Amino acid sequence: MLSNTSHNDNKSSMNFIEFISQPWHWSISGLALVSIMTLLLWFGGEFGVSSNLRTFCAIGGAGNTHSFFDFNWKKQIWNLVFIGGAIIGGFIAVSYLPSSDPVQISDSTQIYLESVGINAPATIAEGRGYLPTEIFGSTNLFSFRSFVFLIAGGFLVGFGSRYAGGCTSGHAINGLSSLQIPSLIAVVGFFIGGLLMSWIILPKLLIL
Amino acid sequence: MKFVKFFVTGIFFGIVMTKSEAISWFRIQEMFRFESFHMYGIIGTAVIVGALVKLSIKKLRGKTIKGDLISFKDKDMSIPRYLFGGIIFGLGWAMTGACPGPMFTLLGHGAWAILIVIGSATIGTYFYGALRNRLPH
Repeated sequence: MLSNTSHNDNKSSMNFIEFISQPWHWSISGLALVSIMTLLLWFGGEFGVSSNLRTFCAIGGAGNTHSFFDFNWKKQIWNLVFIGGAIIGGFIAVSYLPSSDPVQISDSTQIYLESVGINAPATIAEGRGYLPTEIFGSTNLFSFRSFVFLIAGGFLVGFGSRYAGGCTSGHAINGLSSLQIPSLIAVVGFFIGGLLMSWIILPKLLIL
Repeated sequence: MKFVKFFVTGIFFGIVMTKSEAISWFRIQEMFRFESFHMYGIIGTAVIVGALVKLSIKKLRGKTIKGDLISFKDKDMSIPRYLFGGIIFGLGWAMTGACPGPMFTLLGHGAWAILIVIGSATIGTYFYGALRNRLPH
């Protein structure tokens, strides 16, 4: 009897890990983000990841030449610790809670991407099922195309997020839920830029 | 010790970003092509429920762990700054498929190419800081 119970317990704990290892429904993910935003407020911080890039510049001494980076970055250490946690969280999620299948995007996106030379991963071995190996894979890393995507794309993200005063976390989630009109303008901007890139520029860049 | 709570919350954030698939380049393409509700569902839920939580915090005069009143600062109003900055950000977001939060999470996946993106995003931030007096705000 007793051994039977413990056997069942084992089984149910296995099932729990399997259960949370599946891709999460959008509503669960959205609620999880709200809990993170609320926890950060309670801890005396504020949800916004791109500020850390400004902190990197300040630590590197950019404050000596540009006043924008001349601030007390030590007050931002909590945010650096937060993204340090995000790195570990990413590691835990792919190592211990891997999905059994790669990201399942809609057929129409998949067909379109194939037409411009990007294949959705068939197994989680390729880019862990999340990234196109054609751009992020180590064998393609030194191609001209990857160079443009990673360097130019990263530069635009860093420049744009600071110019707009925030990124997806700071404006789209934190700002919009604080009913900030400036954040709404920024999100409209995100979509103008994103639509321009994905519909007009990207198809040309992908066939480079 | 006071940083442990931020570290643990960060770990949860990394797991959420991964399991929600918001870190996937493919999900971002799908979002900008309006071919799935997934990303809109995540952000929409976070905004609507987040707004209700924040209104309650204001109403109930919620306090931080240290006992200070949680305050919400209004952002300074401007159009060019948010619009132009937003457009530039959006162009980069659709290319890399990663905004800053996912960048760090992907690093934990061992996607080393993302280091190049983080590096150039930091350089981009530096250029903004250097040029900001000449940009319309």
